[in-house]
Amino acid sequence: MTSPESHHGQTAAALAAQGHLEGAVHEHPTWSTYWKVATILTVITVAEVWCYYVPSFVASVWFVPVLLALSALKFGIVVLFYMHLKYDHKLFRALFTGPLIVAMFTIVALLFLFGKVAVRLGLLS
Amino acid sequence: MATLAAPAFAAPIERSDGGFLSWLGTTDHKRIGYLYLFTATGFLLWGGGEAMLMRWQLRAPNQHFLSAEQYNQLFTMHGTTMIFLVVMPLSAAFFNLLVPLQIGARDVAFPRLNAFSYWVYLLGGLFISVPIIFNAGPNGGWFGYAPLTTTTYSPGLNIDFWVAGLQILGISSLAAGFNFITTIINMRAPGMNLMRMPMFTWMAFVVQFLIVLAFPVITIALVFLLFDRFFGTNFYEIAAGADPLLWQHLFWIFGHPEVYILVLPAFGLVSEVLPTFSQKPLFGYPVMVYSGILIGFLGFGVWAHHMFAVGMGPIADTVFGVTTMLIAIPTGVKIFNWIFTMWGGSVRFTTASMFAIGLVAMFTIGGISGVMHSSPPADLQQTDTYFVVAHFHYVLFGGSLMGLFAGIYYYYPKLTGHLLDEGLGKWHFWLNLIGSNLAFFPMHFSGLLGMPRRIYTYDANQGWDTFNLLSSIGAFIVGFATLILVYNMLVNRKRGRLAGNNPWGAGTLEWSIPSPPPVYNFAEIPRVTSRYPVWDLTAPELTAAVPHTLRGDEMVTAQVGGVSAGQMSVPADRRPAAAAGAGLHAPPARVPSAEELGIPIPYTTTKPFFTALGIIVMFGGLLLTRMENKIPGWAVLALGAATLVGGLYWWLTSPLEPEHEHAGAHGAAPHHAHAH
Amino acid sequence: MDSFAMPDVIVPAAGVEHTYTTTGLPHRKIGIWAFIGSECMLFASLISTYLIYKGRSVVGPFPHEAWTDPSTGHHFRAILNIPVTSASTFVLLMSSLAMVLALAAVENRDKPKVTMGEKILGSSKLWLFMTALLGTTFLGFQAFEFTSFVHEGVSIRTNLFGSSFFTLTGFHGAHVTAGVLWLCTMLAVDFKRGLGPKDALNVDIMALYWHFVDVVWIAIFTLVYLIR
Repeated sequence: MTSPESHHGQTAAALAAQGHLEGAVHEHPTWSTYWKVATILTVITVAEVWCYYVPSFVASVWFVPVLLALSALKFGIVVLFYMHLKYDHKLFRALFTGPLIVAMFTIVALLFLFGKVAVRLGLLS
Repeated sequence: MATLAAPAFAAPIERSDGGFLSWLGTTDHKRIGYLYLFTATGFLLWGGGEAMLMRWQLRAPNQHFLSAEQYNQLFTMHGTTMIFLVVMPLSAAFFNLLVPLQIGARDVAFPRLNAFSYWVYLLGGLFISVPIIFNAGPNGGWFGYAPLTTTTYSPGLNIDFWVAGLQILGISSLAAGFNFITTIINMRAPGMNLMRMPMFTWMAFVVQFLIVLAFPVITIALVFLLFDRFFGTNFYEIAAGADPLLWQHLFWIFGHPEVYILVLPAFGLVSEVLPTFSQKPLFGYPVMVYSGILIGFLGFGVWAHHMFAVGMGPIADTVFGVTTMLIAIPTGVKIFNWIFTMWGGSVRFTTASMFAIGLVAMFTIGGISGVMHSSPPADLQQTDTYFVVAHFHYVLFGGSLMGLFAGIYYYYPKLTGHLLDEGLGKWHFWLNLIGSNLAFFPMHFSGLLGMPRRIYTYDANQGWDTFNLLSSIGAFIVGFATLILVYNMLVNRKRGRLAGNNPWGAGTLEWSIPSPPPVYNFAEIPRVTSRYPVWDLTAPELTAAVPHTLRGDEMVTAQVGGVSAGQMSVPADRRPAAAAGAGLHAPPARVPSAEELGIPIPYTTTKPFFTALGIIVMFGGLLLTRMENKIPGWAVLALGAATLVGGLYWWLTSPLEPEHEHAGAHGAAPHHAHAH
Repeated sequence: MDSFAMPDVIVPAAGVEHTYTTTGLPHRKIGIWAFIGSECMLFASLISTYLIYKGRSVVGPFPHEAWTDPSTGHHFRAILNIPVTSASTFVLLMSSLAMVLALAAVENRDKPKVTMGEKILGSSKLWLFMTALLGTTFLGFQAFEFTSFVHEGVSIRTNLFGSSFFTLTGFHGAHVTAGVLWLCTMLAVDFKRGLGPKDALNVDIMALYWHFVDVVWIAIFTLVYLIR
């Protein structure tokens, strides 16, 4: 949801500043950023697959959190750089993160409800 | 400048032509709203007829006018029809008619996508409602719990029609959702900042987000059911280890936001009607906005209160009980805001305002019985009884439908140029109010006495007989009242009293232009300087307390120690004379055509219709594959898919409106949208 | 603000008025982001179902463990093939790189290109083609994966794993297929008349869709394939 006053007063400014209405803020990263991002993504993917093949690590409590963190990192990098949310209008960030939060909340709630994740609440458990 | 308004009682603009093809190919949001309104009214009679048949059966114990199977189909289709084919499309009719007018735009962001939404709705609506005539109507209840609806327990075509039909209707709602989100974000006139949007547009905005977030979930739940039924997957096969609660959870993750999708537009309409007929700005506007947003967010966190009876354990029951109690707070806030809007105002009792006040009262009753359900122990006594039926009819009939009726009486003159008959309207209101209370209030008692919902007949001497007789009498009164409404609409569509621009003395932007509005809506895009631009000109004393700006697109700010103090009130005599709605008192003038003003209007096009048709044919083909010989089914399915893909390419590679031809048609992308 | 001087009412200059938008952003880009938000919920439902049903299949074969059918004595190895899927994951990641390069090439079409490197990087046809090719390669991997799974004894009807796995990855594959069709259409337009800066918006929304499909795969790869 956009904040209620976010567009106030910027209509004319937006028009005047842009000159044309293509809207995308044209400060997209360049080739050097793109290939660095691709390299980082590849490295993380290799790290993830490598984790999978280390039995002692798979058996440890860190396996799932580390994999989740790594994929969240990849997710974030693609969204910020390739989908250029880092550079784009904040409205697009709101349009994406709002639903993403609802989606994550729904997944976690469902996993709780189906007993896939449990919290020990002492007396209640 | 004077072209904004037609004379108060000039003959309304004749729609350029009423030819069938012009309707089939229209992209004008007002005409699409018109189609939505009348189609949904038709389905209202259809779904109401289904209710009448059920109430005739239940008027006395041990009746066998309907068989159990017929009764199952009737209650399933009554719920499905009223929710998906009546209340949502009636809301969509108002989204279409009002959102562009209220924000000062000439159409929606994607006019052809808008037409597509309507055609998918119409064809999908027929797809799901016609089978009941052939005794093959869906019969699994409107929430179609799996595994009951899997082929093991429901082998016939009945559920196939339901699954495919809902899938089709979901496409319509989703397409409209993206369209209106874009429209409201991006097509507001200069100065129409978010905290100046009329409350109906605000509620429409919240509802679009609910739609685009809730419908994908039921889409997936239905895909699972479709795959189970057609391809032998195991999503709802208990023997394969499936969980019987999966469907229930997925359905209600959709189903509860759906409740707010149904009721928030009605809240928005009431928030337009009450200020006008109280001659006062809406009380607590920002709180109304925030409570609407809060209802939207919390609406995604309460779904499991529909499932207390399945035994989810103390933690889940507690969490969902508490969130359900919480969501009553923003809802209650709205009730009090409406009451304070009327408080101290000069209230006029027209049919529209009576229905709006009726909503406030009836929804409160439904809301209170709703809070009763939020307590799991109490819910266990009430669930699946007529008490629940009473509750959601107070919410959906007393809430949604009465709000929508208020909207019909209020906005019909804007849509057609002719007022509905107030005498008939009052008959409609009183019969509707008495009938609905007579029908639904006794259900509280029959429910608490243990009468289960969805039974097709019942034995005598259980204490339910009188209550059921009363409910049946009430239901038939409501049915008669609805016929009065439809008669009123049909008769006064072209013959009713002329409305003029602003028959009710309202304050928002849509009342500054002729009724019905010209195809381009606004000859000049207005500049908005406050929440009630029309009142600023006609009754500035009413808006003295509302924030104003001088030119519309900039804040009038006061510097307090270098910090901006936000909007301030501008005295009426200092406000710009030529704000939106200028020319309200202009002398009679002819309303110029779009060509004369040089305003590009989208082409009439049947491409969205054929694309929609492709979807229906596809699902029809899928159902045909249930036959012994699968070849015709797959052939029809392929034909539908080809029509869909071909229609999309045909649509997206053609320009929207004349200007684009010169700008170079760059619409080759198979994306469902072409910018206005 | 003064540069937006207007008469008393609202008469933005002719031409400007028609393309006027409140935020200054194009409609289609807002529309595609709203669509992507909606898709988040679609895949959230699919992923939730896969995770809920994980480990609940009554019969095998299973994704991560070997299984011997008690009635036939037939032995099934763990189904998921991590090396192959790692390769296809890499392919999809690289397609995203090609996609951003295609968009950059379209945006910078009018800039002069001198060196060989600039010419290669500036060729929208090359990068659109590469994106479509890599996408098709990913689909090829998926087709190989699906057929080999069926040969090994797990189809969409076999057990809960089969149903939820094929539906989830199949939905993703259908999205990739739609993206490849979109890319091919865009490539055809590029060959027909050349894509320039005024087409950047259309390429941009296609790229956003494509990257989103990639992002979904990032989640699927970890949640379905790697986490046991």
